[in-house]
Amino acid sequence: MAKLESTFKNMALSLTCITLVAAAALGGVYMLTAQKIATQAEEAKNAAKVAVLNGVEDGVAIETEADGFGGKIKLMVGFAQDGTILGYEVLEQQETPGLGTHIVEWFKNAGKPGQNIIGRQATGAFSVSKDGGDVDAITAATISSRAFLKAINSAYAEFMKQQGVDVSTGATMVNTDAASGATQPCVEHKDGCCEHQCNHECHKEGCCKEEMEATK
Amino acid sequence: MNKGLKTLTNGILTENPTFGLVLGMCPTLATTTSAVNGMSMGLATMFVLICSNVVISMLKNLIPDKVRIPAFIVVIATFVTMVQLAMQAYVPFIYAKLGLFIPLIVVNCIVLGRAEAFAAKNSVGLSALDGLGMGLGFTLSLTVIGAIRELLGTGCVFGAHIFPENYGALIFVLAPGAFICLAYVMALVHKLMKNN
Amino acid sequence: MKLIEQKKFETDMKNLIVSPAPHAHSGDSVRKNMLLVIACLLPALAVSLIAFGWGALITTAISIVACVATEWLIAKFVLKQRPTICDCSAVLTGLLLAFNLPSALPWWIVVIGAVVAIAVGKMTFGGLGQNPFNPALVGRVFLLISFPVQMTTWPRPLGFETSYVDAATGATPLATLKQIVKGGDTGLIDQLPDLWDSFTGMIGGSLGEVSAIALLIGGIVLIACRVITWHIPVSILGTVALFAACTAPAGMCCGEYVAYSLLAGGMMLGAFFMATDYVTSPMTGWAKIIFGIGIGLIVMVIRTWGAYPEGMSFAILIMNATVPLLNKIRPRRFGEVVKK
Repeated sequence: MAKLESTFKNMALSLTCITLVAAAALGGVYMLTAQKIATQAEEAKNAAKVAVLNGVEDGVAIETEADGFGGKIKLMVGFAQDGTILGYEVLEQQETPGLGTHIVEWFKNAGKPGQNIIGRQATGAFSVSKDGGDVDAITAATISSRAFLKAINSAYAEFMKQQGVDVSTGATMVNTDAASGATQPCVEHKDGCCEHQCNHECHKEGCCKEEMEATK
Repeated sequence: MNKGLKTLTNGILTENPTFGLVLGMCPTLATTTSAVNGMSMGLATMFVLICSNVVISMLKNLIPDKVRIPAFIVVIATFVTMVQLAMQAYVPFIYAKLGLFIPLIVVNCIVLGRAEAFAAKNSVGLSALDGLGMGLGFTLSLTVIGAIRELLGTGCVFGAHIFPENYGALIFVLAPGAFICLAYVMALVHKLMKNN
Repeated sequence: MKLIEQKKFETDMKNLIVSPAPHAHSGDSVRKNMLLVIACLLPALAVSLIAFGWGALITTAISIVACVATEWLIAKFVLKQRPTICDCSAVLTGLLLAFNLPSALPWWIVVIGAVVAIAVGKMTFGGLGQNPFNPALVGRVFLLISFPVQMTTWPRPLGFETSYVDAATGATPLATLKQIVKGGDTGLIDQLPDLWDSFTGMIGGSLGEVSAIALLIGGIVLIACRVITWHIPVSILGTVALFAACTAPAGMCCGEYVAYSLLAGGMMLGAFFMATDYVTSPMTGWAKIIFGIGIGLIVMVIRTWGAYPEGMSFAILIMNATVPLLNKIRPRRFGEVVKK
C-alpha cells in the first residue's frame, strides 16, 4: 500500500481516527481499572486508620500534612478521647532516603523515650530538643523532624476542634490557623522555655541552655 | 531469521539505549535508586516500546508524513497511560515510587526515537523485535545501575542484605550517586566492547 | 597549573628560538612545591594534636596511607603507568582530606574518603594536572553526603571543658552561628566560643581547620615563598568579611560576626590551602580574584540561607567548575602592535 499523501484531508482524517481509537482504548482501560484503583486507595487508608488507632474503639484518626525537606509529608494520626497519641502512619513522604525517611518509624520507637511520641499526651506544641522542645530529632534530619512534629501539632489542633473543646485548655494558642494546617502555637513551658517557631515577642532570652548544649 | 536476531541483539548490546545511544537519561538517573525500581521502569518502558513500535509500524502508511510526530506521540501517550493505570491498580507500591516518571515515558527519547528511526520504516515483526531488544537493553542497564546503587548505598540488592546498612554510602541513592554510577558503568561497558 | 602552563609554554616555545644546551634548571619541581605546602600545614596538625589528641594523628595517617596506596594501585594496575606517588601530591591530598574530617571518624570511612578522593577525584580524569575538582574536597563532600551522621559528630577539643564526663561531642561554632542567623535565636550568642579560642583552635570542628593562627602562619609562608599568590585568599576573606559586615544578625556587633565568619569552620584552610590548589584554580591575577569573590559569596550564601552550617567545600568545588571559563581571561601579550 502506498503511503498517504500529506493533504489536508488525509492529515485531518488520519489524526482524527488515531485520536478516536486512542481515546476509546483509554476509556476501556480506565473502566477496567477505576474500581480497582479506588478500592486500593480506600484499603490503604483503612489499613492506616486501623494501625494508628491501635485497637482503641473511640479513638479519632486525623489526616494531616506539613512541608518537609523534600516535599509534603502526609500523616494519619490517631488520638484517644483524652488527647493521648495512639499511633501514626506516614501516608506520603519524599524525604531524603536514609535520613528524613526515618520519620516512618523513628517517633514510635518504644525503646527510646526521648524520641517516642506514642502514648504521650499531645499538647499541640511538640518540638525538637534543638528548638527547646522535648522530642529528640532524627540525627542529621532536623528539618524533616520539625515538619513531622508540626504535622502532629496541627493534627492535634484539628482533633481539639472536632472535640469542640476550647484549644486554650491544653495550650496557649497564638494565631491558630488549624484549617490551613499552619498552626503555630506558642507555648510557655514550666521551665520558662519557649517554642521556637512562635512570634519573637514571647521568646525569653537564655532559655533551654541545657538542651542546646546537649545537641549540636 | 538472521535479520530478526540481529535486530534483537542490536538493542541489547551494540545500540544499547543507555550505554550505546545515551538516550532516556532522565529516567535512567532518576529511577535507579534500587534494582527493583530500575527494573520496573525498564519493564514499563519495554511494554510501551513494543506496543508503540508494532502499532506505528502497522499504521506507517496511513499516517501522512507531515503529521507523523503528533500521531506517534498520541500512540505512545495512549500506551503510557494504559501502563500508568494498570500499575496504579495492580502494583500500587511500585507506582508510588516511580509515580511521576511513568507519565514521563511519553517524552523518553528512546520511544519516539525508535518509532521514528525504526518502526516507521520496517515491517511489523521486525519492529516488535526491535522494541523487545531495545526494551530489554534498557531494562538491563537500568537494573544493573539500580543494583549497583542499591548495593553501595544501602548494602542490599533486590532488598536482600549483602552487608549492614550502616556501611552504605548514602550518596549512591541520592542524585550525585546516579551520575557517578552511570559514568563508571558506561566507561566500563565501552571498554569491554572495545576489547571485543 | 604548572602542567597546563608548561603545555602552553611549550607551544609558545615553538615560535621562539632556543639556544642549545646546557641550560640552567631553577630546581623547582612538583615534589618540592608539594613538600613545602605539607610543611606549611604541619603547625595546624600540631595544634590539632593538642586539641583532639592522638585521634587526629591516627586519622591523618590513615588518610595519607590510603591516598598513596590508591594512587599507586590505580597507576600500576589500571592505567599501567609508572606510579607517580613520588611527587608527593597524593600525600598532600591525604593530609588535606584528613584536615577536613572530624578526628574521631571511624577508620573505614576515612579509607572510603581517601579512595574516592584519589580514584574519583583525580585518577579518573588522568592524574595530577588533569582533575577539574580538588580531590581532597571531592572526598570530603562524598563522605559528608554519604555519612552525614558520622561526618557531623564533632569531638570537643580537650581544653574545651574542665570535666569531660559526658561531653565527648559538641556543637561547632558554625552550627551555633547558623541557629543565631537563621533561627534568630539571640539567646545563643553567649554560647559561642571565645574569639581567642577560635583563633588558636580550641573549638569543635574538622581536625585541621580549627586553628586559624596556625593556618595563617602556614599560608603567609606559602605566599612569601611564592608557592601561592595573595589573590585568592585575600579575595575570599575580603568578600566574606564584607558580606558578614552587611548581614550581621540582630544582637551581635558587626565586627564580632565578621570575626566569627572568618575564624570559624574551614575558612582559613579553604582560602589558603584548598582554593589555591594549582590544578583547580585559575592562572591569571584577575581571574583568581573573580574566583575568590565567587567562593566568598557562595560560602556566605550557604552559611546564611542554606541547609548546611558550612559551605566552604561546596563553594570551592562549584568555583572549580568555572576555572576553564576563568582561564579565558589571559594576560596582555607584550610586544603586540597597538591599534590606533
